[in-house]
Amino acid sequence: MSEFSLYLLQQLINGLTIGSTYALIAIGYTMVYGIIGMINFAHGEIYMIGSYVTFIVIAGLLGMGMVSLPIILIIALVVAIFIASTYGWTVERVAYRPLRGSNRLIPLISAIGMSIFLQNFVVLAQGSRDVALPPQITGGWSFGDPSNFEVSVSYMQMMIFAATFVTMTVLTLFISRSRMGRACRACSEDLGMTNLLGIDTNKIIALTFIIGAALAAVAGLLLGLYYGVVNPFIGFIAGLKAFTAAVLGGIGSIPGAVLGGLLLGVTEAMTAAFFPAEYKDVVAFSLLVLILLVRPSGLLGKPEVEKV
Amino acid sequence: MTQSKFYNAIFAAGITFILACLMIGVKLNTEGTTLTVEGATAAQWGWIIGGITVVFFSQLFSNQIDSAFGKLPKPAVSQLVPQSLKSEAMKPWLLAGVIVIMLIWPFMASRGAVDLATLTLIYIMLGLGLNIVVGLAGLLDLGFVAFYAVGAYTYALLSLYFGLSFWICLPLSAALAALFGFLLGFPVLRLRGDYLAIVTLGFGEIIRILLNNWTAVTGGPNGISGIAKPTLFGLEFTRKAKTEGAETFHAFFDISYSSSYKVIFLYLIAVVLVIFLIYLINRLIRMPIGRAWEALREDEIACRSLGLNRTAIKLSAFTIGASTAGFAGCFFAARQGFISPESFIFIESAIILAIVVLGGMGSQVGVILAAIVMTILPELAREFAEYRMLLFGLLMVVMMRWRPEGLLPMKRPQLELNKQ
Repeated sequence: MSEFSLYLLQQLINGLTIGSTYALIAIGYTMVYGIIGMINFAHGEIYMIGSYVTFIVIAGLLGMGMVSLPIILIIALVVAIFIASTYGWTVERVAYRPLRGSNRLIPLISAIGMSIFLQNFVVLAQGSRDVALPPQITGGWSFGDPSNFEVSVSYMQMMIFAATFVTMTVLTLFISRSRMGRACRACSEDLGMTNLLGIDTNKIIALTFIIGAALAAVAGLLLGLYYGVVNPFIGFIAGLKAFTAAVLGGIGSIPGAVLGGLLLGVTEAMTAAFFPAEYKDVVAFSLLVLILLVRPSGLLGKPEVEKV
Repeated sequence: MTQSKFYNAIFAAGITFILACLMIGVKLNTEGTTLTVEGATAAQWGWIIGGITVVFFSQLFSNQIDSAFGKLPKPAVSQLVPQSLKSEAMKPWLLAGVIVIMLIWPFMASRGAVDLATLTLIYIMLGLGLNIVVGLAGLLDLGFVAFYAVGAYTYALLSLYFGLSFWICLPLSAALAALFGFLLGFPVLRLRGDYLAIVTLGFGEIIRILLNNWTAVTGGPNGISGIAKPTLFGLEFTRKAKTEGAETFHAFFDISYSSSYKVIFLYLIAVVLVIFLIYLINRLIRMPIGRAWEALREDEIACRSLGLNRTAIKLSAFTIGASTAGFAGCFFAARQGFISPESFIFIESAIILAIVVLGGMGSQVGVILAAIVMTILPELAREFAEYRMLLFGLLMVVMMRWRPEGLLPMKRPQLELNKQ
């Protein structure tokens, strides 16, 4: 293969890496939107908190002298999922549930307020500076001619692929096979009817927030390790990107969120290959506008029928 | 007190502990290249335990607290004004009185207070603009600050490169912001509400990124400094005239120089601009187009079946809102004398949106009131500056729970059928 196509392949791999984490965050947006039709603006902050918890646990365990990396990562994952889910649940309980059924703008404003609150809470608790973690997973696997251009896939990237794949599979099985998953699907079809049929919709909505937060925590762990840096402001832009991904794929549709995330990640990486890296966000949002113009309901979304 | 109440309180306290224990109780610390953690100080643990106790008891006694709050009368802001002042005949006099007071008080107040009032007036302009888009037309715009930035940079760049004066740039800024609004609105206004919100949010980011990276023209993150101040018919408010042949204000009127003239002059310009905007918007609301905005917000399908052009109506609201932001942006650049992309981040959009929502969507008096509250409260709470944004976020959440219709909800003359 020529040097150029190898370079493109490398960018494709990088793009898919980032894209799969966007997809994880996007699922949280899309599930909440699918059920109660609101943009959970604070979702990006949950991802940020997940990243922080990961860093705290890893630094703490390393400080205690633990050496086995897999065990450290598993503990970090479990703790991050637990804490982030608690945050997700609390945010729903405190800021959204009392407002359910009011004008569409009201919960959105509350969500923006919650996002600002959480971001500044972390600023106050942990400081606003970047916190860096030395790379934990090093090395990788590469092919191609070393003298010409070498395509490399780091073990970290492989871990991101694997973790995303496993998480998605578990989620798909949960949604399609379990009783609770069926209740989730029923809620997104018709919330009122589901309630009439004797399902505690409040519980299902809370569950949706917990699942979304858990996925965001997984993304927080993966991206935190991948970049090696967190600060309290990463949540906003990541949330924005993930929401773009969810809209791109058709909001309310879980496969759509995954597709949108991957597409967005690849587009960004390809843009970064040809233009200065600062413009990749510009291209990402322009892509969103273009897709919405052609397919207003997103790539895999169901076109909405307006009824009187 | 039932047993379930007790378990509920224990549960809530436990949740609070989980939320706080790692995020507050442990602090990340970078030492060289290694990352270490350190436990929180005893004072911080005191805060955590205090918070848990508060949550525990507020859950335990939630019924009593709720009933105590239920007994508190809801503040009806509109009833604070005496009934005698409400009659239609009094209105022009009241308005004239307010305007006269607004014009006179800066000569007696301190410089800082006048400066703060000018800032408040900028937020009033922005609030009024966004009120058209969100409050009247019901289009959720999360990237309003982009048009503000367009206005500010239009004036800054035109004055920097072409030496155009503030008064020429004011309409130009508004027009250019309107053009941006039109260009963005044309494709995206067909989208449903939430898509529109995210596209406008993305647009706001795009503008900020472009300003940050187009270093050759906009100066990038360093911004543009030394933007010319407005002049009064060519009279400058500096100690010595900057441009060749120009005269200064104090020399023309033969009074001694004082830097507070400039501050007062800027304030007066802002007052005039705000009055002009309020007049304009009041006219617009009463015109067919204004009624169409509200009708479209209430029921889009009904409007379409009545033959209203949905795109044209939405686009007009979006464009007029954008031009108002451009207006405010131009004045902002003139007042600051320095602008950088830092002034146009998302949080500004959120603040303006909060002003519109807190004031009561669609209500102009409410928006003005909310803008005053939102700019003056942070100044009063200077010692809590660290907690400013935290409290701001909390206020938004609490307001939505406590009074979602805003401080002064919009009122329309209406008749209601007797419900029986």
